[in-house]
Amino acid sequence: MLEIKNLHVKLEDEDKQILNGVDLTVPAGEVHAIMGPNGSGKSTLSYVLSGRDGYQVTEGEASLDGHDLLDMEPEERASAGLFLAFQYPVEIPGVGNLTFLRTALNAQRKARGEEELSSAEFLKLVREKAKTLKIDGEMLKRPVNVGFSGGEKKRNEILQMAMLEPRMCILDETDSGLDVDAMRLVADGVNALRSPERSFLVITHYQRLLDHIKPDVVHIMSAGRIVKTGGPELALEVERNGYGDLLAEVG
Amino acid sequence: MADTAVLSAQTPAVEGKARPGASALSARLEALDLPQGGFTAAARRDAAERLASMGLPGARDEYWRYTDPAPFNAPRPEPLSVPARDASLFSDIDRLTLVFVDGVFDAAASDDLSAEGLQIESLAAADRGADHWAVGLYGTLEAAGQVPVKRPFAVLNTLAARDGLLIRVTGPVSRPLHVLYRRQDAAADVVLHHVVKLEPGAELTLLETGGIGARSNTMLEVDLAAGARFHHISSKRADDAKLGIGHIFARVGEGALFKSFALSVNGRMMRNEGVIEIAGDDAVAHIAAAVLGDGDEGAFHHDDTVFITHAAERCESRQVFKKVLKNGAHGIFQGKILVKPGAQKTDGYQISQGLLLDEGSQFLAKPELEIYADDVKCSHGSTTGALDETAMFYLRSRGVPREQAIVLLVLSFLADALAEIENDELRDAILVRLDEWLTTRAKG
Repeated sequence: MLEIKNLHVKLEDEDKQILNGVDLTVPAGEVHAIMGPNGSGKSTLSYVLSGRDGYQVTEGEASLDGHDLLDMEPEERASAGLFLAFQYPVEIPGVGNLTFLRTALNAQRKARGEEELSSAEFLKLVREKAKTLKIDGEMLKRPVNVGFSGGEKKRNEILQMAMLEPRMCILDETDSGLDVDAMRLVADGVNALRSPERSFLVITHYQRLLDHIKPDVVHIMSAGRIVKTGGPELALEVERNGYGDLLAEVG
Repeated sequence: MADTAVLSAQTPAVEGKARPGASALSARLEALDLPQGGFTAAARRDAAERLASMGLPGARDEYWRYTDPAPFNAPRPEPLSVPARDASLFSDIDRLTLVFVDGVFDAAASDDLSAEGLQIESLAAADRGADHWAVGLYGTLEAAGQVPVKRPFAVLNTLAARDGLLIRVTGPVSRPLHVLYRRQDAAADVVLHHVVKLEPGAELTLLETGGIGARSNTMLEVDLAAGARFHHISSKRADDAKLGIGHIFARVGEGALFKSFALSVNGRMMRNEGVIEIAGDDAVAHIAAAVLGDGDEGAFHHDDTVFITHAAERCESRQVFKKVLKNGAHGIFQGKILVKPGAQKTDGYQISQGLLLDEGSQFLAKPELEIYADDVKCSHGSTTGALDETAMFYLRSRGVPREQAIVLLVLSFLADALAEIENDELRDAILVRLDEWLTTRAKG
């Protein structure tokens, strides 16, 4: 599904290399986790994959289902099935959550040559998905993320994911700022979306999110590269011993 | 925000021009067909004297520093080359419609003027008589609003207006009053003067839409008695007009509510002056505007100049001005809050913001507070910026194409100004109009 080969990325405005040859393959239906210390390039990887400005790919490639991601606009990547759940979801005053969701969903459907959803169809769908995430009608009507608590913002990200039904979901530190209950709600939302056709890349500092969203594969990232790959036990090792020993071991 | 040195360096066109002399004023007045007699005769005589002593404004006048008054000083406007378009705004709303064609009231095209709690006449018809309820009002609020800043085009309006509406409201009016402007003559130079008087406890919603003329000078004098509630929404000169100056002079009585919202999309050179005196305790006055200017079909220049005076206790005022500018468009805001001695517990706030969609556009703001009472809450803010790239990426990462994301972010930017429209139905009508305009522009 997601194929990253030898990806090198620098900041556009300064001479600073962030990713130094990332190799990563996420097959369909699998959940992969990326862990690593601050500044290792985890968030940059998620931004580069989703097409944020400010980064320059100097070498390597990334594709989704064989389509070259790096050649597409952010909205084209979204329509191709990529979704990034933001670490800091953006507040958009004056634009209702429902308007935003409907605009996004119909834009993607249109881009894929599918019929746009009518108001009634859309409302039925959104109410159904919102219910399982415990998002009430009031929250749907409010402006996008404005005045939302940390937990509400992250649930709203998962609601978008549930509505847009991407094939490849990247979760960037979705656990940050969440208490245990909020994290469980978010994790349940993610787990409900797991399917043989959908893959996840879960970026996190801590093992605790992975107690709730069980990964198939865990990667350790450091200095812009994947330095170690293993099973769920690798996350537990990080939790016990920190990154220090692990990074020393791989040199 | 740009600093003053940069501002003056970027407005060379208005530097070095002397104030027009008496001959320019005579030429300006000669081109107008000045009305004679009627109940307004005394007010017009007074206006003629005042205008002769103050003269026409020049580019060096402080209040005309950012907007060149020359096109308003010229004896005649340039004819319009674009065809007139009939605005459909508010057409779905149950309302009473009053039509003006080239600045002349068209009774045949208008609804029946007799409505419950309302007394409406055209100025041209009423001004044949010597006595009228509007005698003490016509030109009076305008004259009172000449201190401390001179506003010659307002005086010119009182002197030269041939038509307008005289509206007196004695109770709540169930339907909004819609003044619809149409134009036929490509060179129409229109001067309109409306007087609105709300008796104690009366309520009125006044809507104004349409293109008025090749050049327009409009006046709305509003007198609100105790407890009156006045809502005003205008989308004048939209789409097809070129040059306009609009005035609102309002006096807000005890416990009364004044709310005015103006939408400006396109137009070329516009100046709106709002002069509001909060005269009674516990009154509320809000004035807001949403402006969208695109300079691709010629210079776009939009100036809002507002002066709110607090002369009573426990009153609230708001100025909310948002301008979206692209292709070299210019947006100006000059806003003042004056709190007079004794106007304790005043709550005054002013915000002006420019959203620049490219580097060639410009937003200039001059906020002013002048406070002579010691127990007040007054503040102002002004920002100029580009679209938020993070928000842009957020929307696009959800599959919203760039052009559509801009539309959403522009609407987001304007939201605070639109929120000043209390009525949901009217606000939705404005939103639909905005969305259409933005979406069409985005494609082009």
